[in-house]
Amino acid sequence: MSMTMTQKILAAHAGLEKVEAGQLILVNLDRVLGNDITSPVAIREFNKFGFDGVYDKEKVTMVMDHFAPNKDIKAAVQCKMCRDFCNEKEITHFYDVGRMGIEHALLPEKGLVVAGDVVIGADSHTCTYGALGAFSTGVGSTDMACGMAIGKAWFKVPSAIKFVLKGKLNKYISGKDVILHIIGKIGVDGALYKSMEFCGEGLKSLTIYDRLTMANMAIEAGAKNGIFEVDEQTLAYIKEHSDREAVIYKADEDAVYDEVIEIDLSEIKSTVAFPHLPENTHTTDEIEEIVIDQVVIGSCTNGHYKDLEEAAEIIKGKKVAGNVRAIIIPATQDIYLKAVENGLVKAFVEAGCVVSTPTCGPCLGGYMGILAKGERAVATTNRNFVGRMGDVESEVYLASPAVAAASAIMGRIADPKEVM
Amino acid sequence: MKFTGTVLKYGDNVDTDVIIPARYLNTIDKKELASHCMEDIDIDFVKKVKEGDIMVAGFNFGCGSSREHAPIAIKESGISLVIAKSFARIFYRNSINIGLAIVECEAAAEAIENGHEVEADLDNGIITDKTTGESFKTEPFPMFIQEIISNGGLVESIKNGIIK
Repeated sequence: MSMTMTQKILAAHAGLEKVEAGQLILVNLDRVLGNDITSPVAIREFNKFGFDGVYDKEKVTMVMDHFAPNKDIKAAVQCKMCRDFCNEKEITHFYDVGRMGIEHALLPEKGLVVAGDVVIGADSHTCTYGALGAFSTGVGSTDMACGMAIGKAWFKVPSAIKFVLKGKLNKYISGKDVILHIIGKIGVDGALYKSMEFCGEGLKSLTIYDRLTMANMAIEAGAKNGIFEVDEQTLAYIKEHSDREAVIYKADEDAVYDEVIEIDLSEIKSTVAFPHLPENTHTTDEIEEIVIDQVVIGSCTNGHYKDLEEAAEIIKGKKVAGNVRAIIIPATQDIYLKAVENGLVKAFVEAGCVVSTPTCGPCLGGYMGILAKGERAVATTNRNFVGRMGDVESEVYLASPAVAAASAIMGRIADPKEVM
Repeated sequence: MKFTGTVLKYGDNVDTDVIIPARYLNTIDKKELASHCMEDIDIDFVKKVKEGDIMVAGFNFGCGSSREHAPIAIKESGISLVIAKSFARIFYRNSINIGLAIVECEAAAEAIENGHEVEADLDNGIITDKTTGESFKTEPFPMFIQEIISNGGLVESIKNGIIK
């Protein structure tokens, strides 16, 4: 046999006993996802070619999250186009303002992805669901259009890099530090076209939310997908959120990997990616004074309740530095509500932060926190490319919620231990 | 597929945010997207580019977001072919799916300079730098991908019954 976890899921969905790296296959899809930016292009293609209806009204999913609540008239037109399409095609899982969340936090929460699924999404961070033991990957709008029409997508079967995790994370260290460390090590194209498969006894110390953050950023190493071995935590999470049964695929003992990398979680330090690539990583203990203007805590990478809790632990009872605008964005309505009920929002507002409705807004320089020329932000988001959050001469430093929170208090890039 | 054009050259890790900044993603109008193509990496691109020009770049071209607006903007701007040392995977499949010609060739992308005249014969796998006379070999696409390209893209391939 000798297949990786990813290869086994792909083979099963292609109706094949065995697949091997490099093979081109047509795969059945368990879910097809789009957002308010990518879906309009898919809808245009879908309509242009006159497909009758979507392949499965339950499996096509659209989430209005990037420029919603509508940031301007053009964004309003794009959301309306999605809304009208979903109404007309009677699509069940259409998530609009008031019910939506940032797509990759929302889908796991709503139980729309379980282990063993194959999911494509017209959003590069669709790879997030690998945290639940699913094969999921970002595609473009044309793939989405065709996926909606026939429920299939073509793939080149990827080879894989195996990450064997051991040890335990230290206090104030989270999945974000681990994935930034890995990207710093292998580079932004270190896993190009490949799977990143995570396994080992170290998984025990990584919550599902740490794993979601790590799988989310597999794309920042160029990977096709990031995927975690399924364990009790995965199954418990799926049981809590979904009525569907998880299907467990395990890599063969003799599966062949391009590379095996061992990561000792106990050695990971707070890590920050400097502009303008996620691979430009530094640990907080080697950073000189970098004064900042803005902090963003949120996004599909780090907008989970756990992330807000880690930030609140640091921010509560303190004040955001006078030179900093701190923007907190719970990733979903449920997370928002929980943060209100448990006093997190109160702690943030009292400290001088703003707390926004769920949106991708600032992460991609859309709205809700754009940077001027020369400004610097520490963000828990996923990309720090030129102009990503605003002016081409602004800078984004990627970090964990704990580092972002400490930086908001100090007014410069700071380690959580400095304020605790 | 044969292409002849003048080269516009860029470096490694050209990401989709600089190809088409997200602030312009509130439209799907191809011409409007093309009018902002490469704006954050080369503000003069739109003024310089001519129909048929060839883009040459380094490793990991098109990394980042899945936005199909990026290959759409490049194609609509008049670029006939992108030659790179390597492509980010979503950009690669998006280009094939929408019918933007791309080819991976490290040696060519290294040697060819900005402003050179280039001829690319993808059927026979040869790229020629007409300015220097140097030639480079490329690998042909797998059959399945060639069929998508020759049918004009993914949707057309489904409509033509190539993919069921």
